[in-house]
Amino acid sequence: MKIQNKHTYWNPYFGGFLLGLLILFTFYITGRGLGASGAMKSSVVSIVDTVSPEHAKNNAYYSKFIEEDKSSLNNWLVLETLGILIGAFVSGGLAGRISLKVQHSPKITSKRRLIFALIGGVLFGLGAQIARGCTSGAALSGMAVLSTGGFVTMLAIFGTGYLVAYFFRKNWI
Amino acid sequence: MGPLIPNDLIPFEWNLVIAIIIGIAFGYILESSGFSSSRKLAGVFYGYDFAVLKVFFTAALVSVIGIFYMDYLGYVDFSMLYVHPFYLWGALIGGAIMGVGFVAGGFCPGTSLCAVAIGKIDAMIYVIGIMIGVFIFSEFYSFFEPIYDGYFYGNITLTESLNISPYWFILFFTIFGIIAFALSDMVRKKVKKVFY
Repeated sequence: MKIQNKHTYWNPYFGGFLLGLLILFTFYITGRGLGASGAMKSSVVSIVDTVSPEHAKNNAYYSKFIEEDKSSLNNWLVLETLGILIGAFVSGGLAGRISLKVQHSPKITSKRRLIFALIGGVLFGLGAQIARGCTSGAALSGMAVLSTGGFVTMLAIFGTGYLVAYFFRKNWI
Repeated sequence: MGPLIPNDLIPFEWNLVIAIIIGIAFGYILESSGFSSSRKLAGVFYGYDFAVLKVFFTAALVSVIGIFYMDYLGYVDFSMLYVHPFYLWGALIGGAIMGVGFVAGGFCPGTSLCAVAIGKIDAMIYVIGIMIGVFIFSEFYSFFEPIYDGYFYGNITLTESLNISPYWFILFFTIFGIIAFALSDMVRKKVKKVFY
């Protein structure tokens, strides 16, 4: 029997085509693109603002996103992100992919996978703030309107990814 | 003429309802394309799975061709669309840090959310990591501020930066994409298969 992957996904060109139409639709309706890291920023702002409002107000970065009489979680990107969770849950549920687990290469332990996931997350979160957006908000939505910043961000993400891939190979192959 | 909400053709109250609907479609498409699997995503860096390249480039081409075509036909006013700003060193350094994070963690923020939705614990840890990253940036904001706010070139497009007609650029970009798709298939055939 031929070995194959456990899960079969959409043809990538089909998925890409639909994603392209969705970006087009989003720009047509809202005048802006998609996003993902923005909601996580709002969550951090909201947590810090709850724990120590004084500290949040005095910080030059948090204070940009705090408005009087309005929660910093009440914004477009947070609701869109809620939608992402719902949409992915429905897709994964229909395909029988929902299960609580740590996914990693058989050559590494779960613990190693989780440590690298945490490091990767911290770096991505930091980088996305410096570049004012992640792969969705800066690169993908930027490229849709030929934004120079979007293209440069995309090249920097994938260029660096290829440069450092060698050092992380044990985690993946 | 679009964009509809900025032109008041759809009442602003609908904005948040539309946000959820767009989000659901976004999550559904990403998950169905396999982007909830870090091992599939990382394949693009090792040559055993090019789904990221194919989905990402196809989406970019479809959206950019669609937007400029709708602008040409007068259905959308390009000058009213939000163009991601260009901060030279912010984009380069931020992008480079994200690149390392991508290979180390195997996700980007959007894809990690999809993986969280289907129960991947590594993705939950990754999202906590992102929030720690945002926290570090905010707490040391004055340290990062020079590259965050500096070297600003405006909300410019490649039309201005490269002094090229958008239509010519889109044509070259499309040809480049098709070549990249063909090359990626050749590379994948040569690389040892990884099953996940």
